Amino acid sequence: MAILSGKTKAALLGPLNKDNPVIVQVLGICSALAVTAKLEPAIVMAIAVTVVVALANVIISLLRKLIPTRVRMIVQLMVAATLVAIVSELLKAYAFDVNRQLSVFVGLIVSNCILMGRMEAFALGNGPWPSFLDGIGNGLGYGWILVVLGFVRELFGSGTLLGYQIIPQIFYDAGYQNNGFMSLAPMAILLTGVIIWIHRARNKDLQETE
Amino acid sequence: MEAINLIIRSIFIENMIFAYFLGMCAVLAVSKDFKASIGLGLATLFVMVITVSINYIVVTYVLKEGALSWLGEEFASVNLSVFSLHIFVAVTASFVQVVEMIVEKYAPRLYNQLGIFLPLMAVNCAVVAGSLFMEQREFANIGIAAAYAFGSGVGWMLAIAVMASIREKLQYSHVPKPLKGLGITFIITALVGIGFMSFSGISI
Repeated sequence: MAILSGKTKAALLGPLNKDNPVIVQVLGICSALAVTAKLEPAIVMAIAVTVVVALANVIISLLRKLIPTRVRMIVQLMVAATLVAIVSELLKAYAFDVNRQLSVFVGLIVSNCILMGRMEAFALGNGPWPSFLDGIGNGLGYGWILVVLGFVRELFGSGTLLGYQIIPQIFYDAGYQNNGFMSLAPMAILLTGVIIWIHRARNKDLQETE
Repeated sequence: MEAINLIIRSIFIENMIFAYFLGMCAVLAVSKDFKASIGLGLATLFVMVITVSINYIVVTYVLKEGALSWLGEEFASVNLSVFSLHIFVAVTASFVQVVEMIVEKYAPRLYNQLGIFLPLMAVNCAVVAGSLFMEQREFANIGIAAAYAFGSGVGWMLAIAVMASIREKLQYSHVPKPLKGLGITFIITALVGIGFMSFSGISI
């Protein structure tokens, strides 16, 4: 396929594994962890971040020859803030409950390091189409971590997925109990640590030597 | 009295790092060395108190619904809170820029010590979150808002200092290879976070 060859393919698929923004580049941790107590807000957050990063990348990439280097941070922040404000208003209009669960974390997409990092590192030096794919790739790379966390935490924390009961009543009758600990914030970060552990055990070249 | 309660709450119970995990990026990057982490903590505290106060004034007199009524009757129904994010980011970024220039001019030694951390403050999640929480909670006056920012800033500084001192000790321990560096830092943060949760039973 001509549209997905070489560099563009790397831009799209790299962030899913070896260049994952969350567990390898350690960007965007701030908002990743607080929204994953349930699966639904995690999915919404993943979609929101993917959309914002992809669009912001395209806009910055289109403007990259017009922006003077000295003021590029302000321009990037303004583009990001505008997109985030639009996403936030859309969520308020069409998914009010989820928006309330996400609280300030929708707004915090603006200071999400993934967003700034991709605009600075990729969109400023590449055309709109690779930038768009790079944004999608990074958004999805961030998204799958969020979805895994949300899945594990909701399943073990409250026995449900997307609000539907998954663990059958028989289990509870037999003495099974939900692990309320999973719903608490520190478990998100502990699970991320475990994901990093597994990921690095499989990819030996990512291990830190020091 | 309310302000003191709020400060204690935001340092321990609602700690920016251990309860909300905000500003983690900076913590993971900087908390390898105790001195640098204190410097960054102080700078964050300062920026946080000032920007939250400025943003409080802007929110109360310009952005909130009905906030523009001092301009005249016809403005009483204007609600500009859609733009709050733009304002917060712009205020934070420009204030960080100003602080950077002042520190560079009058305290070059401190400037060299802080290095890259100063400009990075503009995208520190904890600082922006301070303003967003301030808007969400609708504090009664600017003193309370500043007290909240102060408490959050001190809490953030405390947290990054704790993480840095644990990580300095950690250099002498045998960590499984895949867990080295990033992985173990995450797990330690989680464990300290669990410790901090014991504060949540306290009511003040």
